[in-house]
Amino acid sequence: MTWQLYDTWVVITGALCAMACALPGAQLVLRRRSMMGDAISHAVLPGVAIAFLITATSDPLVMLAGAVVIGILTTFLVDLVQRAGRTEIGASMGIVFTTLFALGLVLIRAFADDVVIDPHVVIYGSIELSYLDQTELLGWSVPRGAVVNGGALVINGILFLLFYKELKLTAFDESLAAAMGFRPRLVQGVLMAMTAATAVAAFETVGSILVVAMIIVPGATAWMLTDRYGTMLVLTLMLAIGSALLGHVAALVVPGWFGFEGMSTSGAMAVMSGVLFVLAWVCSPRHGLVAKAMVRRALSLRIAREDILGLLYRYEERRSEDSSALSVGDIREAITLPRRVVASALRGVRAAGHVVVESDRLQLTDAGRSAASSLVRTHRLWERFLWERLGLRPDHIHGTADRLEHFTSASMIEELSEHDEGEDPHGRPIPPAED
Amino acid sequence: MLWDVDLDVPSGKLVTIVGPNGAGKSTLLKAALDLIPSASGRVMVFGKTMKQQRGIVAYVPQRESVDWQFPVSALDVVTMGRYGSVGWCRPVGRRHRREAIEALDRVGLADMAKRQISQLSGGQQQRVFLARALAQDAKLFLMDEPLASVDAATEQTIIEVLRELRSQGRTVVVVHHDLQTVTDYFDHVILINMRVVASGPVDEVFTSEALRQTYGGQLTILSEASERLARSSDVKRP
Repeated sequence: MTWQLYDTWVVITGALCAMACALPGAQLVLRRRSMMGDAISHAVLPGVAIAFLITATSDPLVMLAGAVVIGILTTFLVDLVQRAGRTEIGASMGIVFTTLFALGLVLIRAFADDVVIDPHVVIYGSIELSYLDQTELLGWSVPRGAVVNGGALVINGILFLLFYKELKLTAFDESLAAAMGFRPRLVQGVLMAMTAATAVAAFETVGSILVVAMIIVPGATAWMLTDRYGTMLVLTLMLAIGSALLGHVAALVVPGWFGFEGMSTSGAMAVMSGVLFVLAWVCSPRHGLVAKAMVRRALSLRIAREDILGLLYRYEERRSEDSSALSVGDIREAITLPRRVVASALRGVRAAGHVVVESDRLQLTDAGRSAASSLVRTHRLWERFLWERLGLRPDHIHGTADRLEHFTSASMIEELSEHDEGEDPHGRPIPPAED
Repeated sequence: MLWDVDLDVPSGKLVTIVGPNGAGKSTLLKAALDLIPSASGRVMVFGKTMKQQRGIVAYVPQRESVDWQFPVSALDVVTMGRYGSVGWCRPVGRRHRREAIEALDRVGLADMAKRQISQLSGGQQQRVFLARALAQDAKLFLMDEPLASVDAATEQTIIEVLRELRSQGRTVVVVHHDLQTVTDYFDHVILINMRVVASGPVDEVFTSEALRQTYGGQLTILSEASERLARSSDVKRP
């Protein structure tokens, strides 16, 4: 199978479509109104049908106008149902958009079947056929789908640049925006109109169901990857391009693996944007599974290291001259963390020069003893505080202090030190502070 | 719900609005800002309507009113304070960002500028909101519970900033919940409970008699009436 001009155009059309959808989609995701994209993209269908019935032309501009009108109407209806029916917003969106979508399908079946709108195309789109429908642009012959989606992208891009800070502010803090005179309702209306128009432009390419993936997924993925608004928008566009390219490649390659022919590119695009989402979820630097697991592991390692030092210190404090030092086995038994963690914590304290191991016996070094004494100090200060200030019973406080000692900042220690009476509630000395 | 509010707020003073939960403290601020509709009445700021004076009024909403997961830094949020003076469709410039950094510095958060806002503590978030209001460079500040659940250090920082604003001749209206500190922090107090119970200089108005009227145990006829009103629009609920 060779890559042809046809494939290039499918990817370009898909990418333009995905980018055009992803821009308003990113805003919807930030406003926690993602499903509004779903609602609008379905609800515009009767708008298109009614526009056709009234004007009896299939002029795309007329249909676009019908879609925008009904798109804005949808936001009002959702609002209305939510208030009148006292439902949550998800339910009112579900009520409004399914009703309108079904109405649209009925209208098309009844009055416009096979004339201009094919219900099959409405649902699945026909990106594969878009290459056959060429049109003239600046003297070049290009697929009409690319022109339509490209147009939507250019308009959305201009609106996003023009209203960059207005969109950002109204999405973050509606009341401040209103207090400054930035008309959050108007901005939201423009955003919804944009979503509706974009959805209609994307219909023929990816269909009304998959368009939802184009609207929501790139923005949601980008949000996991960054904490910056501008970066998020750029990533959103890049992810949209990525899902179009990967989607078409997958549509070409994957069927070969399983011995069947032909797979819908728009479907594969939606799947690939889902795959990119999962990848981001696993790998994101801050919110990803891998990053979180690493943070958790680093934390349990630190706790294990600190527990080893504390254990050795307390043992030294209690033992008589002639008894032998603790063994690695004793440590494993005393610390109730997974073996693996304890083993690498042991390596850690040795590498830091806090502990030396001679013939399986552990000894604190001077540096280790000083680190351990400040840990034990923190622990006993907490015990003192819990007992004296919070009135907890001395036999109830060890566990709590054991957890708190690992999460105590310098300023907290300073505050706790005000209760330093030299002894903890069990009568053991609180090691003095070192500088 | 609020009834029959007729208030004169003195300029150049630290003013506090005090009242029990549900007394309409936040409602009063929002109605003054035209954020929620009033059945009747108008708000004049330095002799003009609120709409004409938007540029010189800064609003600090309650901390819970925004989504702190939003992908913006502390500096981004404070820069939003300058948006009003930038105007529609114009980009934010380097000058605006510099002013925002100065405002962050005044609340002691200059080194947190790049932090995503959910990485800040509650007190720091509240100070970011205050810095944003400072960046607005307003003459009148309306603040909804800026001292709610903040640590002692943050409370001191905020109060110092408020006093600085007063010394510059600006007017600050603060919704407040801690009766203990009213006399220490404020010059003028407005006691409300569905209506204005009292309003005037703290040493004249903030009396135990006025407090009893504001927080008094038995339902006033007004609260009963508004409860009935609320219920009547509830009829449809199963």
